[in-house]
Amino acid sequence: MNNSHSRTREQFAEFWRRFRKNKSAVAGLLILVLLVGMALFADLIVPYARCVEQAGADRLQGPSAAHFFGTDEFGRDLFARVVHGSRYSLFIGVATSLMALAAGAVLGASAGYFGGMVDNVICRIVDVFMCVPPILLSLAVVAALGTSVRNLIVAITISCIPGNVRLIRSVVLTVAEQDYVEVARSYGASNARIIFRYVLPNAMGPIIVNTTMAISDMILSAAGLSFIGMGIQPPSPEWGALLSAAQTYIFTSPYLLVFPGLFIILSSLSFNLVGDGLTDALDPKLKD
Amino acid sequence: MKKTVLDVKNLAIQYETDLETVYAVNGISFSLDAGETLGLVGETGAGKTTTALGILGLLPERTARVTNGEVRFQDRNLLKLNEQDMLKVRGSKISMIFQDPMTALNPVLPIGKQIGEAVYLHNEDNLSQAQIEEKVEETLELVGIPKERKVEYPYQFSGGMRQRVVIAIALICNPDLLIADEPTTALDVTIQAQILTIICNLQRKYKTSVIMITHDLGVVAETCDKVAIMYAGEIVEYGSLRDIFTGETHHPYTEGLFRSLPSLTGDSKRLKPIEGLMPDPTEKPQGCWFAPRCGRCTQKCRQEAPPVWEQEGHQIRCHLAGQ
Repeated sequence: MNNSHSRTREQFAEFWRRFRKNKSAVAGLLILVLLVGMALFADLIVPYARCVEQAGADRLQGPSAAHFFGTDEFGRDLFARVVHGSRYSLFIGVATSLMALAAGAVLGASAGYFGGMVDNVICRIVDVFMCVPPILLSLAVVAALGTSVRNLIVAITISCIPGNVRLIRSVVLTVAEQDYVEVARSYGASNARIIFRYVLPNAMGPIIVNTTMAISDMILSAAGLSFIGMGIQPPSPEWGALLSAAQTYIFTSPYLLVFPGLFIILSSLSFNLVGDGLTDALDPKLKD
Repeated sequence: MKKTVLDVKNLAIQYETDLETVYAVNGISFSLDAGETLGLVGETGAGKTTTALGILGLLPERTARVTNGEVRFQDRNLLKLNEQDMLKVRGSKISMIFQDPMTALNPVLPIGKQIGEAVYLHNEDNLSQAQIEEKVEETLELVGIPKERKVEYPYQFSGGMRQRVVIAIALICNPDLLIADEPTTALDVTIQAQILTIICNLQRKYKTSVIMITHDLGVVAETCDKVAIMYAGEIVEYGSLRDIFTGETHHPYTEGLFRSLPSLTGDSKRLKPIEGLMPDPTEKPQGCWFAPRCGRCTQKCRQEAPPVWEQEGHQIRCHLAGQ
């Protein structure tokens, strides 16, 4: 009876072994773990109060023992702001790509599985959305709905959906041709059941990889929108907003730019590297 | 009085693409009684699988069209049923076993769950989860798979074992009709014998009628009560097992099939295949489909479609039959 569990463990061990071979992927994973830890335990590392307490006398000071990353123009501790800012970026990145995945899965699977008119309609709508650069698309949505965390999430999610639909549709097209789908139909499985139990689970490889990469894109999008002032508003310490504020002081206090920028790069990079590693580790053709 | 389970009358199916029409099935008729096995024999491309899919309503929607005929199953014409009703028929009243066991199972579900699916989807006796599990285990034992293996995934089974799982899925709801589409073609001979024995035992136990689609006359001899020989979408010869194997007259194609079997006795240096190839299914001939390859072809054969000659249930579609 325990056969299944030990096989799953075996499979996971195999997957882990393949993932480990890719050094950059492992490095990415390490950075990711640190960032997630930082986001989860932000309050333990440094209390939120230090993000907002302004000590006028300590304005624009460089990195020091008292302030690891220095202080900003209001005397707020940059280290605290960066640490707490990680919560916004990571949460927004993960939440938006998961929601975009759900929407993309429903639309993409329908288009790929049913074909015909359904496919045509969905594809044409996606084509229209893809004509608009994602940043402009999310900008338009935020402009229409107003700036808030919730609207930012909606805007970024919408910009991510068309790409997902296309990818999932193409994967579903190949999986839906498999024999076991026909067999399932022959014993009376309905279309909905076939899509959710037979087609999508077998398409998870590329979908997982794409979602991981999407998180990286979403983090950059969120930072980008906040940078131009259409995203998260001050005094929230979102990294993009920090960058925006640092523009004025770029020559006098470059550290204000360097630290938030560094963390944006690190989070985006780490998700990208992990996604790369997953591509190789999950590729069935490389199985020995 | 034997009950007729399936009655196919003048079934015609064609595939339509933008450029041409493929005449896959051209007016076939056969019937099946309870507990009987019909062998549907023919070369690749004769239209056997198309017929099977046509009965189950699994033909590709956009390209395939049933242009004529009816499929009477338990007093209903299956061709006229809507999808909802067909879903109830598939798996519980009519089941199918497919050709390639290696790809017939969902890789991400354990086999126990896949077999259980078939019951769960139909569940006419409203069994509880535990009862369904019991039924799955029973059926696994019947096909010769230890029930402890029900948590394993398809990749952990060999081809022959996977085909047994497919048979388990097909038979767990005790269907009245089983369509076996070349169930042993992808397996080696020793496993073939095991699989056929399992099918026959289950058939005897549940009184299932079986349509055995195959191109192997040996399989037909072992398992079938009636035989229909298909060529180019038509049934060219139809009769009981005796009629086909030991009867006096045959369709020239049937004669060719038997002649092409290598002989165990006697000295043979060359095989004797039937000359020529299957005709192009996009071009409907004026006369007999088999005319170009027939050794006894006459002018009439080329011009007129042959009628069906019948004697005591033995049917032959040929101008020259009975002469």
